[in-house]
Amino acid sequence: MPEPFRVILFIIFAMAFAGLNAAYLVWCERKGAAHIQRRIGPKEVGPYGLLQPIADGIKLMTKQLFLPKGTDPILFMVAPLMVMVPAIMSFCVIPFSETFVAREINLGLLLIFAFASVNVLGLLLGAWGSANKYAVIAAARTVSQNVAYEIPMLITVITMVMVTNTMNLNEIVRSQAGWFFNWHIFRLDISLLMPVSFLIFFVCSLAETNRAPFDMAEAESELIAGVYTEYPGMGFGVFFMGEYANIVIGAALAVVLFLGGWQSPIPFNPGGFLGVFWGLFWFLLKLYTLIFTVIWIRWTYPRTQFYELLNLSWKVLIPISLFNLILTALQIKIFPWL
Amino acid sequence: MSGYFKELIGGTKSLFIGLGITAKYFMEPVVTMQYPHEHVEMPPRFRGHIELIPNEETGEPKCVACGMCQKGCPSGCISLAGEKREGVKGKVVTKYILNFTTCSLCGQCVESCKFGALRFSKDFNLASPRKEDFIFDLIKRLKEKN
Amino acid sequence: MNGLLQQDVNQETFTLNLGPQHPATHGVLRVKLVMDGEYIVQAEPVLGYIHRMHEKMGENRTWVKFLPNCGRMDYLCALSYNHGYVAALERAAGIEVPERAEYLRVITVELNRISSHLLWFGAFVLDLGGFTPLLYAFDDREHILDLLESVTGSRLTYCYFRFGGVYNDIEDSFITGTREFIKRMRKRMPMYDALVTKNIILIKRLKDIGPISKDMARRYGATGPVARGSGINYDVRKNEPYSVYSEFDFDVPVYEEGDSMARYMVRMDEIEQSMRIIEQALDKLPEGEIKPKKAVKMVKPEKGDYYHAVEAARGSFGVRLVSDGKNQAYRLKLRSPTYSNLSLFDEASRGMLLPDALALMGSLDLVIPEIDR
Repeated sequence: MPEPFRVILFIIFAMAFAGLNAAYLVWCERKGAAHIQRRIGPKEVGPYGLLQPIADGIKLMTKQLFLPKGTDPILFMVAPLMVMVPAIMSFCVIPFSETFVAREINLGLLLIFAFASVNVLGLLLGAWGSANKYAVIAAARTVSQNVAYEIPMLITVITMVMVTNTMNLNEIVRSQAGWFFNWHIFRLDISLLMPVSFLIFFVCSLAETNRAPFDMAEAESELIAGVYTEYPGMGFGVFFMGEYANIVIGAALAVVLFLGGWQSPIPFNPGGFLGVFWGLFWFLLKLYTLIFTVIWIRWTYPRTQFYELLNLSWKVLIPISLFNLILTALQIKIFPWL
Repeated sequence: MSGYFKELIGGTKSLFIGLGITAKYFMEPVVTMQYPHEHVEMPPRFRGHIELIPNEETGEPKCVACGMCQKGCPSGCISLAGEKREGVKGKVVTKYILNFTTCSLCGQCVESCKFGALRFSKDFNLASPRKEDFIFDLIKRLKEKN
Repeated sequence: MNGLLQQDVNQETFTLNLGPQHPATHGVLRVKLVMDGEYIVQAEPVLGYIHRMHEKMGENRTWVKFLPNCGRMDYLCALSYNHGYVAALERAAGIEVPERAEYLRVITVELNRISSHLLWFGAFVLDLGGFTPLLYAFDDREHILDLLESVTGSRLTYCYFRFGGVYNDIEDSFITGTREFIKRMRKRMPMYDALVTKNIILIKRLKDIGPISKDMARRYGATGPVARGSGINYDVRKNEPYSVYSEFDFDVPVYEEGDSMARYMVRMDEIEQSMRIIEQALDKLPEGEIKPKKAVKMVKPEKGDYYHAVEAARGSFGVRLVSDGKNQAYRLKLRSPTYSNLSLFDEASRGMLLPDALALMGSLDLVIPEIDR
């Protein structure tokens, strides 16, 4: 099919995927949390509570959107969009399958990280525009948390780029072809600390999206709702959807970089109609396993204290990821000689 | 330096143990009772609002309107009246109103009745938007139950 | 109280209201915080939002009619409050209690103490951000509530004790049910230990946070787990034995550090000790009456001043009766343990960060209706 038509179709698909995820991840979270706590989650609205997100969406949309007194209208209205839009835009470069990618850009990885840094700017502007003491305290914490955790994340990603020599996400997935021990997480011949590297990346992506146990910014029992305190109805809804879209992006990136993307564990591809969706199936399976782990972690641990969070980043994650970088460089250079 | 690594390894291990515990409970069945859909059985000594005990043969309440429950109530929720009828030993109760909005279910009324005419009922489904629904006429309730 | 707040012009501080409606203050407690950035400079608790005049009601009602009020003050450990009031009056009027009734009182009070500590545990970890242990604790608590409901008929605000005994006798299903519950609880405690107590995030959150020295605890009159977490070895059940506590063999957990972790460990150990007391009481339970021969309706103690203290879940709960020979009190003063425990919050929270101050408040185990009565 002609190229512009294909791009537009895939962009619409990516936006629909992001929107559906943002709505139904809430359902997954509520059901997952409920079964961990040995109760049933939503069950009244629709079979197994499947229509609950739609009911919540309608409720949020019918609430009055007002501007509290003293707020800056432009900042207040723009901030949720600044959180939601970059996350949706990052979907354009993620390879769902060998052929299901909206646009294969040679700098795909850089694009995703460039958009991720707009996320924290959106939270800060929203809090500042809210004219609320609680929100400003929470935003100050969020900014320092996000800055501190971007560093180990980027160092880990630089390590992977060093290994694969490309920033094109689809190329990175193709370099993990073969059996499952070709996936980057199992390749101890590239770096002995590869699983540790995956853990560091995962923890940093939890902290970037302000997800428990790193959710000091929206600590419910202290600051009511943190940054989102003053946002009514759908303003809060858009923030919420942006947070879930960011979680999906973080998990998708971890799958692409470490877990083999759309590669199946066995090098076998049934051709024909099934073969078209083979890669998509494996990608979605790995993606949702990681997302379930994110939900699982939220409901198990208490919240870290703020300075412990920063301690963890500066004193633990950064030294280990730097050490990993040097180790990988040494292993890449020295092993081919041996 | 060794403390740093020991804390790191020990801490990470404790985190994985915690994840294991919640995973185990994820697989186990739920412990909640789906209340409106399931019928809940109250234990025998459950304290619902009080009700009059009927005499087995006649079906009339055993109460003789002595007023000990009214005097013993800390919150003053009981108001009753009785009259003397011929052929019946003692008084017959004609009005027994319980104001449940002030009742604290202490049991002083049940305890002070020497004739065994009061007991706790098992009613718990009592929600209503009007205050008048909680002024119980116990004689009427007894007649409706029969 | 208004004069305590100072605004220093050289220091850029702002006042934050940890208002009456807040998810972390369990109940309606208002704390006026003067903060310098994220650090607390001064904290002033403002009380009285749920004052219901129980002490005044004590002056206007007869002794018997005051009994339902006891359960409403601290609703989580209502049987201790029942016990304190009933024991004070029995001391004043010289009423004898049969032995079986004393044993039943001890068993039900200790079960209530376990359920109060379980709820404190769940709510405390909820404040720190862990949502799941709350529901596991409530699962255990449901068993206790079912047991006590089969005896008394109520689940939360008990009105079970009477002057000279208790209201109802227990059945055999209660004894077997309690033994099964203790067996089940002993299996669950290692789970709580692994999930919460040994968790590195919780340890970092509680260790060395909110230190209360022995001297500070003595000055403010703190009792209960707050004092025992700072090294003061005082438990009313051991130091001034009442009822039949002197016949049981149990330890009093005392920790020296004085931080929030010490208070947490004191309460978790107390759950185990309560289970030991219940087991011994069930083994030794004698047959007999549970009420005196003649039901006590009118009590007319001698003129005078009487005091009796019991160990509630939160500290030493004291009842002071001033009687002038009538069927109702002249003055009924209730010494609530949480009031003294809260009064050290101001001095202990100077210079702390806000989340740490909330961890400290959670470890003090506040129940606001008990403070305001």
